[in-house]
Amino acid sequence: MAMQFYASPEQVQRDRSEYARKGIARGRSAVVLTYEGGILLVAENITTLRKISEIYDKIGFAAVGRYNEFESLRRAGIRMADVNGYSYDRRDVTGRFLANAYTQTLGAIFTETQKPYEVEICIAQVGSSPETDELYRITYDGSVMDEPGFMAMGGQAEAISNVLRERHDATAELPAALALAAQALGSVGGENGQTRKLDQKQLEVAVLDRRRKGRAFRRIQGPALIQLLEGLKDVLDKDLGGVDAAPPPPPAADKPTVSAAAEEDAADKPEAEPTDPAAPADGVNGDGS
Amino acid sequence: MAKDFDPSGRMPDYFTNAGTSSFTQFLNHASPELLPGRRPLPPGLSADIAPHATTIVAIATAEGVVMGGDRRATMGNLIASRDIEKVHPADSYSLIGIAGTAGIGIELMRLFQVELEHYEKIEGTMLSTDGKANRLAGMVRGNLGAAMQGLAVVPLFAGYDLSPADPAKVGRIFSFDVAGGLYEETGYDAIGSGSLFAKSALKKKYRAGLSTDDAVRLAVEALYDAADDDTATGGPDLTRKIFPVVMSATANGTHRLTEAEITAVAEQVVAGRMENPGG
Repeated sequence: MAMQFYASPEQVQRDRSEYARKGIARGRSAVVLTYEGGILLVAENITTLRKISEIYDKIGFAAVGRYNEFESLRRAGIRMADVNGYSYDRRDVTGRFLANAYTQTLGAIFTETQKPYEVEICIAQVGSSPETDELYRITYDGSVMDEPGFMAMGGQAEAISNVLRERHDATAELPAALALAAQALGSVGGENGQTRKLDQKQLEVAVLDRRRKGRAFRRIQGPALIQLLEGLKDVLDKDLGGVDAAPPPPPAADKPTVSAAAEEDAADKPEAEPTDPAAPADGVNGDGS
Repeated sequence: MAKDFDPSGRMPDYFTNAGTSSFTQFLNHASPELLPGRRPLPPGLSADIAPHATTIVAIATAEGVVMGGDRRATMGNLIASRDIEKVHPADSYSLIGIAGTAGIGIELMRLFQVELEHYEKIEGTMLSTDGKANRLAGMVRGNLGAAMQGLAVVPLFAGYDLSPADPAKVGRIFSFDVAGGLYEETGYDAIGSGSLFAKSALKKKYRAGLSTDDAVRLAVEALYDAADDDTATGGPDLTRKIFPVVMSATANGTHRLTEAEITAVAEQVVAGRMENPGG
């Protein structure tokens, strides 16, 4: 029987960290930031597979890295939130509770298994004002950080963070916040260090609207996203900012916000990843190979 | 739930596996004690130990559906509650009303609400109207044991169908039996102890293609007729200002009639009956 070489625990941890960090850095990025009306979640994503999701009434989820890994974490979060909300009350489900569960799980996976998860996730909980919003960054090794109003993860997160740090304004309105998010994501990855201009097809956008009662999560896509990227805010003030009641907007094409009903339309498209070998490797679905 | 976590702090694998998009199936693994229908009951009939909820009516309209329920719960010959609410939104486009043992009915309804929302969040899309009704039928079926001992609960499910097979039929109504049988109803339906009288009233007054406002009026009329002949159904209570709960589901989502709206309708109905007690 062959003798195994001795590797010190420090070395093992370092190797795993390096492996996970490399995997995460290969993918595309996501940013989460607070604005006057809530929390904006934006991911660079050209596929129909989602990196951003609703977890509970006031809680959203964003992730980067390997799709199969963060998808199972997303399901777990929804399941835990729903079990807690069902056995106690809807108000008893908090972002901190979820962040704790994720940090425990990712920490255990990091120390106990051969291969760490190559993911970084954000749990965002919207409050009644930007000061009471909570953003938790949970990394592959289970460390958790409470972020001050904005965060970037995946890809060249450091560079994107710098853009956000300089220009983030918690009192900005939604179009300004989205413009900043798109510019920050586009600040890296261009040829010869040029910036890129990301359009509606390259972005996955959702908000946690602090003025909505009940489920605050709204996905913004299609015509609404185009209008928003063009900076039209009058349309949105009517439908996002002003709406406070439970009835969702009807599934008509002229409505900029997207209800679950309109999501159904979007889901008519095949959910599978296009298997075009020429398509650029996207961090959303693998190791970038 | 915390007891299920292993000492490393990692979530048990049934939390993270892809397995199911159904909340009830998930609870089967995670916390089976939270599910109704699997608690051992002592032998014998136990029908009178808990309050019973009574009459619910649902009417299909040109724009969707309207559902109304009276406010009474009874325990034998006693009125257990004057202001119980038995009609609730199941999700953004559908409504659920319950008749039978109130405690089990309310639990079933809450579980069904979470079930629909859970599916929506996991899959990123809503269940079809038929899918929702089938799911509810399965949950009623799970309660059969308790039903045979007198703790029966029967829901009424109605919703606005976002992708109807027939574009003229956007309002769908489904009724159930205690064994989990699922039946789609045409036009209108009623459940509960006063349903016989409510249905007779609806049979005479219902016309296809009603507007939502007319259907609200018709629902309150039918509940009045049920209360007229069934002691377990409560009529509009003008002294305490307790009126039926009436909700609609249309393309704009679900809407519960406000206090002012339902007060106006109920007062009209009562005034009409002052002139003509038979309606």
